[in-house]
Order: sequence, then C-alpha cells, then structure tokens
Amino acid sequence: MAKDQTQFDISTSPFIRRAPTVAQIMRNVVYALMPLAVFAVHHFGISALALIIATTLSCVLTEHLFCKLSHKKTTIGDASAVITGLLLALTLPPGFPLWMGAVGGFVAIAMGKTLFGGIGFNVFNPALVGRAFLQAAFPVSITTWTPAHVDNRFVEFIPSSLAWPFMKPVSTTEWTVQMATDGFTGATPLALMKFQGIFTDSWDLFIGLTAGSVGEPSSLLILLCGAYLVFRKMLDWRIPAAVILGTVLCSAIFYFIDSQQYPSPTFMIFSGGLMFAAVFMASDMVASPVTPLGILIFGLLVGFLTVIIRLFGGLTEAVMYAILFGNAATPLIESYTQPRVYGETRKVKK
Amino acid sequence: MGLFEFFGKKTFPHGIHPPEYKEVTSRKETMRIPFPEEIVLPLTQHIGAPAVPVVHKGQFVERGQLVAKAAEKALSSPIYASVSGTIKDIDLMPGTKGPIRSIVISTSPASAQIPIEGEYQDYQQMDSSEIPQAVQATGMVGLGGAGFPTYVKMMPPKDNPIHTIVINGCECEPFLTTDHRIMLEKIHNMITGINIALKAIGAPKAIIGIEDNKLDVLEEIKPHLPKDGTIEIEAVKTKYPQGAEKMLVKSLLDIEIPTGALPSSIGLAIFNVTTMAELGDLFPSQRGLIERIITVTGENLEHPGNYLVPIGTPLKHIIKYVGFHDVEAEVILGGPMMGHPVASLDIPTVKATGAVLILDKQAIRSDEIQPCIKCSQCLQACPINLNPSELGQLASMRRYDVMEEKYHLNDCFECGCCSYVCPSNIPLVQYFRIAKLLNRQRHMQNG
Repeated sequence: MAKDQTQFDISTSPFIRRAPTVAQIMRNVVYALMPLAVFAVHHFGISALALIIATTLSCVLTEHLFCKLSHKKTTIGDASAVITGLLLALTLPPGFPLWMGAVGGFVAIAMGKTLFGGIGFNVFNPALVGRAFLQAAFPVSITTWTPAHVDNRFVEFIPSSLAWPFMKPVSTTEWTVQMATDGFTGATPLALMKFQGIFTDSWDLFIGLTAGSVGEPSSLLILLCGAYLVFRKMLDWRIPAAVILGTVLCSAIFYFIDSQQYPSPTFMIFSGGLMFAAVFMASDMVASPVTPLGILIFGLLVGFLTVIIRLFGGLTEAVMYAILFGNAATPLIESYTQPRVYGETRKVKK
Repeated sequence: MGLFEFFGKKTFPHGIHPPEYKEVTSRKETMRIPFPEEIVLPLTQHIGAPAVPVVHKGQFVERGQLVAKAAEKALSSPIYASVSGTIKDIDLMPGTKGPIRSIVISTSPASAQIPIEGEYQDYQQMDSSEIPQAVQATGMVGLGGAGFPTYVKMMPPKDNPIHTIVINGCECEPFLTTDHRIMLEKIHNMITGINIALKAIGAPKAIIGIEDNKLDVLEEIKPHLPKDGTIEIEAVKTKYPQGAEKMLVKSLLDIEIPTGALPSSIGLAIFNVTTMAELGDLFPSQRGLIERIITVTGENLEHPGNYLVPIGTPLKHIIKYVGFHDVEAEVILGGPMMGHPVASLDIPTVKATGAVLILDKQAIRSDEIQPCIKCSQCLQACPINLNPSELGQLASMRRYDVMEEKYHLNDCFECGCCSYVCPSNIPLVQYFRIAKLLNRQRHMQNG
C-alpha cells in the first residue's frame, strides 16, 4: 500500500448517536432518590441515615465481590447497586437493625441480581427481592415502627438499630411510649386502618406527617423526584401512572360498595409506600414490560393486586408482593402485547 | 388550504430529533467542481441488471455519449459518459460493496454535453405509454439514494390506477441539503419533471412533501405551482425519518403502505424531488444523466458545500477539492443515519450518491456494549412500531428465524433510530441488517 494512502476503519450506520449511557441514567436515579433520603433523615434522624448507608454499602460491596468471584470487570461503576441499596433502605422501618439491613442488601444483589447475570437480566426488582427476604426472615423487626420527629433523633439511635449481628434487637415498645409525648404509637396508617379501623387524613399522608418506612412518608416529595426523572426522560411515567390508576380503580369499587368498611382511593394511593413503589419500584426498567399495552396491563395488575392484598390479605405491606408478582408476569404480558407494526394487515383466519 | 393547515405539523408517530447540521451548507449555492483526471463508471449504479458496455478500450467518447446500454428484457438503466475522453479500461474497480465492473475514462478538456441519439420529442405531444421508455433512455434512477430505475415506477399495473403522486422533498437525514438546494434552484425543472410523471402515470394530482425546516422552499415554490391545483406542496414536521416513504405517506395522507407491498398497491407513486428536477431538466433537452448535485459536508472541511459533480468522480478528487487533509476520519456516502461507509477513496460517486459526509473518527468510535436494560426507548423511537429490544435479544441468541416470523424483522427499513437512542449502546440496526442477510442466505439454500 502506498505511503500517502489514508487508511479507514469501517463502521456501519448510524454514525451519530445521542443517548444517555446506562450509568448516566442510573446516576440520575440516585440523584432523584437523594431528596427522599434527606427527608427521611430529617424525619427519623441518625438511625435512618445509618440504615441507608448500611444497605447501600452492602449492595455495592456484594456486587463488587460477585464480579471479582466471576472474574468479570466490576460493574459498580454503573451505580445500579447504589440504587438497589437506597431503594431497600427507603422501604424499611427506621429502627430496623443495621445488620439486618446489610443482610438484606447482600440478598438483594446476590439473589436478586448477580444470580441472574447482573444488570439487565434480573427478573425481579433486586431491592424487592431483598425486602421480601427480610420480611420472611425478620417478620417482627420489619413491622416494628417507631415515631417520626423524636426530639433527640439526630444524636441518638433508635434502640433497635444497633443490635449486634445475629442478635435479636431490643424491643422498642417502651422507648416508643417514652418518646411519643402525644400518645403516638408509631403504627403506620395502613396498620391503623387494618387493625384498628382508623383512617388517617389523606392530606397528612400526602405531605408526609405520618410514621412509616424510611422513605415513603411524603407522597409529594416522591412525585417531585419522579417528575425530575420523567423530565430527564429517564423514567417511564406510564408505569407509575398505570399503577396509581389500577389502585384507584380497584379501591374505588370497594369504596363505592361500602365506604364505612373500605378506605377511600385517595387514602390508598398516599399510604403504605404505594407512591414510592409506583414511582421507583414498579418502574424498574429491567423487570417491567417494554410494550405500550404491556406497561398499562402491568401497572393495572400491580394496582389491583395491591388493593386486594391490602384489604383481604394478612399483611399491610401489599405493594411489594404485587410488584414482585407483576415482575414475574412481565414476560407473559410482553408476549401477548406486541405492538401492531406499521402496515400490518389483520391475518385472515383459516 | 389555510395557513394553519400548512404549519399544522402533519407527522407520523415516534421517530427521533437528531441535530440537523444543515446550516453548514443549506445556504450555499451549487457550484461546479472541476473535472477529475479519471472517471470511473460502475455498470451497476441502479437496482437491477448491470448495463452492457457499448464502447471498447481506447475509444474516444464525447461528454454525454452512451457508454453502456440498459440490459435488455430486464430492470436496468443506461450509462452516459460524464466527461469527454478516452476509454482507459473496462474492468473491476473498487465500489462501496466491493469490486464492481466499471468503465474507466481518462478525461480530455471539457466540452458541452451532446444529446442522446434519436429523434427529438416533446413530452407534451407524446403518448403517455411512450414516456417510460424515453425516461429510461435518460438513465434516470431514484436519486434520493435508492437507485431504483425511475421508468419502472411510471408503468404501474393497469388494474391499480395511481390516484396520487407523492414527491419526497423531506431530506430528513442530518447534514444533507441536496434536495433543499434543488428545490430552490431548479423549481421549473422540478415542475416539468412532475408534469412528465403525471402524464406518464395518468394520475390526477401530485403532492410535494417537505419538512418544515425548509419553509423558504414553500414560499419560493408556491407561486410557480399550476393554478389548477394538480401539484400541491405541504410541510410536514421535521423529524427523522420523515423522508422514508412509509413515513411520508403516513404523514401526508394518513394511510399506510401494507407490509411487503409496493406503494402502487394503494394507488401511490413516490419519487424523490431531485429525481423529478433532473428529469425535468434532461428529458425536454434529450440529455442523459451525467452529473448531479452532491452535498459535501462534515467536520474539518475548508469548503463544505453543494457541488455539481460528474457521476463517476473518485472520492479522493472531491475530498481534495473541498480541502480535507486529516487522516483520522470516516468518509460516508449518504447521511449519518443510513449512509454507507467507504473503504477506499478510489471509490467513485454514482447516480444515487447524494452526499459525501466526512466525520471525525473519534466522535464515531463507540463505547462498550452493555446489556439491554429494557428502557423501551427503542420502542418509542421505532417509526414502524417494531420491538427492537426483543429483536436485539433474539439476534444475540441467533434466533434469526423467530425475528422474521414473529417480530416483523423484514418490515424494518433500517433507519437506525433504535441504535441512536440505545443507552446500552447496542448496535441494534446493525444486528438487524446481519439477521436479514443471514435469513436471505438461508432461504436461498432452502430453495
């Protein structure tokens, strides 16, 4: 070949691309979760902060460890493990023992993600896998709620937080009674509804003045954070919208039948972490359908199941199982909801 | 037609909005490029059978003289000498898709173009059934990039009359401004060309579709349109791939071309605007297609612009003329979304070459491919509603048969929107091209 001849590499069209990378999307989800984390710390104090750090560290370290064990390049750089850690922490009670949180983080990544092949291959939302494990393993701790806005929450841990690993945490009942000057029991709005028949004011739920999991109290803040991601085109708004629609539709039916016995749709969507789950959990891209009709069906299904489990199941935290079930149904939903292709003519039946 | 309808943004669902980069050349008037020392005319510059050489080595040819006639009884198109000169060789030469049999002419000093042999005919006096043959004689093919012989589209099946001719002036690919310049500089030729098509096909009306980033064209053309309304012009929304015929038909007329069918099956004939303008220029003066406007643009060029280039000009001649010296570049024939890369600068331009695009190699070099995170961006970009996410995963599992049978692979016209939006950097459309190729090979083996 002559000296002056220019050499060319060959690639194929398209030659221009403009898309955020996976890592950029994941980082933005982390940014969107930050205000919730800050609000949670403001709400529940140092215990919430420690819990968030514990689960996140656990998730990141687990992912790193498994990448090393399988001789792959570490994938912690894409920040998806951070998201899992944050999501997990935000769904746990504020006084949840830290060591249990760390175990939850390990299970979320190990069994929910790397077992399937890492990001993109997980069937279920990893954070929910972790939480489901914790729900089964530590049923008492995960349903022990403590009040928000305790006076010295920024200097003192909730007693159960600092339980020794593999040790039973101390009971918080006494502490809760001592701290709650206004007779606040720390029971979540859903538990109040289910076991005592008390309905919490929806407005308090909306702006976040109630007890509950670390990150779920303020529906308003959750919606704002979600709106940021939608604006950046990093969250598919159709999924939360469909989940909320499904919840409203299903609960409206029961409310219409007997408004004394069943809670109103507004209470349903602003309580029990539904808003958090709809915006950040159900919308996990990997484990939800991609087809337009599939997204709608998935969302409605999650909403329906949430209401059914809440009203008739033995647990209050229904939305987690509803989403896991939706995740499991995703491949089936997708295979029946392929979009109609341009120019496709209806097949003639034989 | 009211003002609001004009600006009412007719469009198709989905698609993407890549940066346009058209301002680099859109205001530059077409300039003639000096003749190269050597011209290389591939015998296949169109879809169909190769043209048959009618000259021999050492023969002197005039500019505009027939050098290869259309293959008989086949889809084919003749080729004319784009310079005066001596036939140096008839042999395999480099082409975009590998070596291709070509006629090489050593250029002599320039001269005027001689007309096609034969009696002069005015299209207005001709019988419409004679027009396609005369169109074939000009060597006209789809200049928008397809290279489909134009005369064939002027012979639609008798049982399916054409009710509308769609003239495609969208030019939706970034960087390209050829059609834009043509519509500003050759309005009368374009209208003549459309009238020829209308007469040949016997259609009652034609509609020119342009993207609304070329509203200057709209203002220029409107006063020249025939008063009887046989030719209309309409702006559609600027969006890629608006210029794909499936999309333009959807936008303008809100109808879909059925899967696997030709536009003629629903009474449409679709031509590129440059094809019409060149036809309207060449046909009445009975000349063959020997040169065309090419947008030469991209990065690190001294003189990007729109150039009148003899067909068969080697790329190295063009690139030298526009002042490009960098060695780390990718040279592309066509636009950045659907163009073809070249392996050598000895490759000549052909009839269907509308652009030479030079891009910085660093910018093209892609990142690592990551697993699909099912973000559904590709589904929301695909103009024909495919499921590229699923197709991509099937491709990586080599389930090419399933892609074709269940997921409409063959409807994909490879616009590249899916690859453009993929955050995981998966070369989706590239996978689909390979899958289609392998499927074709498999079908051929199976008879």
